Amino acid sequence: MATADRAEELVDQVRSAFGRARRLRIRGGGTKDWYGEPPADGSAETTLDTRIHTGIVEYDPSELVVTARCGTPLAELEAALAASGQMLACEAPHFGAQATVGGCIAAGLSGPRRATSGSVRDFVLGAKLINGRGQHLSFGGQVIKNVAGYDVSRLLAGSLGILGVITEVSLKVVPAPVAEATLRFDGVPEQVALERLNRWGGQPLPLSASAWSAGTLHLRLSGAAAAVDAARSALGGDRLDPVDAAAFWTALREQSAPFFAGDVPLWRLSLPSTTPPLTGLDTSAGAGAGLVEWGGALRWLRSDAPAALLREAARSAGGHATLFRRGQGKSGAHGMPAGCFAPLDPALLRIHQRLKAEFDPAGLFNHGRLYPGL
Amino acid sequence: MDTFAEAATGRDALVSRLRALLPDGSVLDTDEAQRPYECDGLTLFRQLPLATVLPSTEAQLVSVIRLCREAGVPIVPRGAGTGLSGGATPHAHGVLLSTAKMSRILSIDPLARTARVQPGVRNLAISEAAAKHGLYYAPDPSSQIACSIGGNVAENSGGVHCLKYGLTVHNVLRVRAVTIDGEVVEFGSGALDSPGLDLLAVLVGSEGMLAVTTEVTVRLIPRPQLARCIMASFGDVGVAGDAVAKLIAAGIIPAGLEMMDQPATRMVEPFANAGYDLDAAAILLCEADGTPEEVDEEIARMSEVLRAAGATGLRVSASEAERLRFWAGRKNAFPAAGRVSPDYYCMDGTIPRRRLGEMLRAIQQMEVKYDMRCPNVFHAGDGNLHPLILFDANDPSSLARAEAFGADILELCVKLGGTVTGEHGVGIEKINQMCVQFPADEREQFFGVKRAFDPHGLLNPDKCIPTLHRCAEYGRLKVHGGALPHPELERF
Repeated sequence: MATADRAEELVDQVRSAFGRARRLRIRGGGTKDWYGEPPADGSAETTLDTRIHTGIVEYDPSELVVTARCGTPLAELEAALAASGQMLACEAPHFGAQATVGGCIAAGLSGPRRATSGSVRDFVLGAKLINGRGQHLSFGGQVIKNVAGYDVSRLLAGSLGILGVITEVSLKVVPAPVAEATLRFDGVPEQVALERLNRWGGQPLPLSASAWSAGTLHLRLSGAAAAVDAARSALGGDRLDPVDAAAFWTALREQSAPFFAGDVPLWRLSLPSTTPPLTGLDTSAGAGAGLVEWGGALRWLRSDAPAALLREAARSAGGHATLFRRGQGKSGAHGMPAGCFAPLDPALLRIHQRLKAEFDPAGLFNHGRLYPGL
Repeated sequence: MDTFAEAATGRDALVSRLRALLPDGSVLDTDEAQRPYECDGLTLFRQLPLATVLPSTEAQLVSVIRLCREAGVPIVPRGAGTGLSGGATPHAHGVLLSTAKMSRILSIDPLARTARVQPGVRNLAISEAAAKHGLYYAPDPSSQIACSIGGNVAENSGGVHCLKYGLTVHNVLRVRAVTIDGEVVEFGSGALDSPGLDLLAVLVGSEGMLAVTTEVTVRLIPRPQLARCIMASFGDVGVAGDAVAKLIAAGIIPAGLEMMDQPATRMVEPFANAGYDLDAAAILLCEADGTPEEVDEEIARMSEVLRAAGATGLRVSASEAERLRFWAGRKNAFPAAGRVSPDYYCMDGTIPRRRLGEMLRAIQQMEVKYDMRCPNVFHAGDGNLHPLILFDANDPSSLARAEAFGADILELCVKLGGTVTGEHGVGIEKINQMCVQFPADEREQFFGVKRAFDPHGLLNPDKCIPTLHRCAEYGRLKVHGGALPHPELERF
């Protein structure tokens, strides 16, 4: 495993960009290049490659904390944890073999375990950041409880690099479950699946993931052997072979499952888990165009319906809709192309603008990737 | 016109304008009426504000903030006033804004497992209201019978079960709050994430300095069917500390993992009758929860690890009553300190777990150096220490020694790779130690976060983040007082 402390070179690159007012596009393995708004003018940006700064800095399994540099391959970090019987509980997607720890934090995307274990930001304990002035700052730390100062390190999770270059992160890790089982239920309509998932969520069951699509519900149980066995007999369903089960959840997390293939725009709707099935939004793709995760709180849709329609449906349900992958369709037809992320209300947008100005006054980093002008 | 008269006129005008906005009895301005608000749980610092206001609705709260914003008057938000770091200490020229009258549980959705509550609702009241659905709100600070959810959001409160169930930030889905501009903003939502930057993560734990909370949606989780607790005795505190690391390394995440040293158990026992082993140098409380099968499995695994780690005795709670007694002792450590000593000063540093033994030995040496007693209780699973320095505030020398003792502990926490506060917040109490933990560039970036929310610095000013000037003063004081502790640390 490569390890190299080259933070100073990254700092120099930022200072140089600051001096020349040259915009930077922060990039790790490039596995999530497609995520967020595309650069308005790519030629006006210099790529800052975070992969030079790599390696696990500290890992003591009895502390339940790992500290790694931004360029560390996510797969390498996960392998190191697995060797000690531990894991990242947010089960973040890689979207490619080159995925890095820095990209994982900046994208802030969580996987199947999110609803029951927590999100990427929930496990961030500390981070180092190069801000837009080229200052290398350290926030949070390596301890599980820490309320000294504002929680800047958690703010960085999902910030898409607009506040600065995340150079190092400390994450809380958890023991890998002793036992696991995946159950399959066929012939379950979406409405019934949602009711069951929410009802089960209120019971002391060792749920760790769920997925519903095209009338089939998959449920993953993880925990103490006794708890998984007891839940299995209480819930019924058909148990998947462990190898097939692992492949199923990986394909879901990595979006390599058949549902995600094709060119129809992929919408990600984050909603209260009890929101009834959304209808009339998957205009061209027809029935079976939806996939439900996170106990009902995450709904994927293949749809080329107008962005405004999807956004309004999500908003009125108390959530929001993201144009996750544009595909080749004409989403946001009627003239303007749709933005990836749901627009912010004016008071929130003002806070975003001021934060951006405080961290990155010259607007160097990932300009416009989250919202225009940020 | 002399300045006193001017100030009095300004205050009278402010009070009458506030009275015009709020129902009768919601604006207090006499010293007598405001006395209960002059401090929070950190009673060392007392200050009467210009006026104390108790709005009953969000609209009233907005009107108060708009008035203060326009008049340039600082606002200090206050929940139940149980905080231990002076986060709610009033500002001499400001308005103290209590959310105590906004104390309704607005709705509980058992299917979605959420509760929507006003900021003045007590922490424990949420779990009590959710109990009929088999649900509860997980974070359980020791003050949970009195502390409010608004205060929990401000402090990112923890408790004795957060190793497994997380802190406030992990259990809050949405905060509705009013900015200093009087705008109502929703941070987070009923969904699991929201577009844009995760401002909710910053708002939680911001000590009332970024916005004033008017409504909170919390996540409720299923109450475990069963919980049982092991009391493990150890002949040495260092061995007990190592046992904690061994439990975690064995892949066990106990629902609760607390440690008390012998001075603490002996202090608590006469008060709480918890049944602690008073001959042990330290005891560990290790809880397992879940289904009966899970609990049996985990108690067996934990017992095995604890024995191998050198426990001299194990007692497993045989009934729910006994389990609650074990915890009652722990949760009553602070009141017990108040019984055996005129005053006590509770520290809140967090260190990596593997440094626990080292820290305890250092505290024992400090007891000799300062000639003061300091029983220790810890959230051992989190490495979060609560040394209780016993002193007498009526004796100026005792008070000064207690403060120096506390500062030494906190600075050692930083040196050992930890933090000056794990869950109680910085407030005004630990503001000097922030100079030790954070260099000037980090502190300036914190001020940047503050400006992004509150450009005029009117919300709970002068708390939490020390200015460059203050840190320079503190540095001089420490040098003047003797040798500079931890000379290897950067200072500004």
